[in-house]
Amino acid sequence: MTDFGTWLAEPVNWVYLVIGIAVLVSAFRVVTSQNLVHAALFLVATLGGVAAFFVMLSAEFVALVIVLVYIGAVIVLFLFGIMITRAPTGVDVALDNERKLPAALVSLVLFAAMSYASVEAFGSTPIAEQGVATDTATLAEGFLGRFVVPFEVVGFILLAALVGGITLARRDLTPLEEEQRRAV
Amino acid sequence: MIANQFLILAAALFSLGIYGLLVRRNAVLVLLSVELMLAAVNINLVVFEAVRRTSEAIGQIFAIFVITVAAAEVGIGLAIILMIFRNRRSANIDELDLMRW
Repeated sequence: MTDFGTWLAEPVNWVYLVIGIAVLVSAFRVVTSQNLVHAALFLVATLGGVAAFFVMLSAEFVALVIVLVYIGAVIVLFLFGIMITRAPTGVDVALDNERKLPAALVSLVLFAAMSYASVEAFGSTPIAEQGVATDTATLAEGFLGRFVVPFEVVGFILLAALVGGITLARRDLTPLEEEQRRAV
Repeated sequence: MIANQFLILAAALFSLGIYGLLVRRNAVLVLLSVELMLAAVNINLVVFEAVRRTSEAIGQIFAIFVITVAAAEVGIGLAIILMIFRNRRSANIDELDLMRW
């Protein structure tokens, strides 16, 4: 186990600490905020920090995908969903149920178990070759070479989800409305 | 940098996601918590890749697959929530007890 002093001597770990605290605080606010829109915006902060971690772990392409897909598209989708499924703006009556204590207990036990397992398994295993970016061409070769079948399947899943989403969300016209539309 | 500093942070994110999943009443917020958990999984995949350094960057490829499926999941999930809201005038999951026995 490396001791904390030598760990802290690395400047990159200072960056890690700052981003990590920001990620944890904003993730905590995602699950505790009493305002729906704020919760979604705190998720943006969390995912931004996660993207910064990916850059630190020399996974630049994945970081950009996170920014584009999550922050660019998924959060916008969430904000639309929040806008549509809620009449009043501002603080809502009760966004949480009353079983906070058991839920906190479950998540704490889970966290203890998972961190114990990863400390046991990895100890102080270092990150290999810091600062060497992963070539995007390597990822492309993986997607179109060894993983071409899952790649196509994922494309099909996206298409099916798109069609399914449209089918679910569109409102079917009542017979009267259909009559009126035909008359126009 | 050691691997565990990222893995434990990912574990914390996952646990916060579990907490949100159990506590939240609004269905959109439950989906937000699921996104937190998926982000934790992605961190794990990228960290394993950074430790092992496979020549094909398999960990990152898997992370991108997870992101894609998560995007599809959000689309379908929000469409379902929209349907429920339209039919029941509420997006609270504890009021959806129609299939409870």
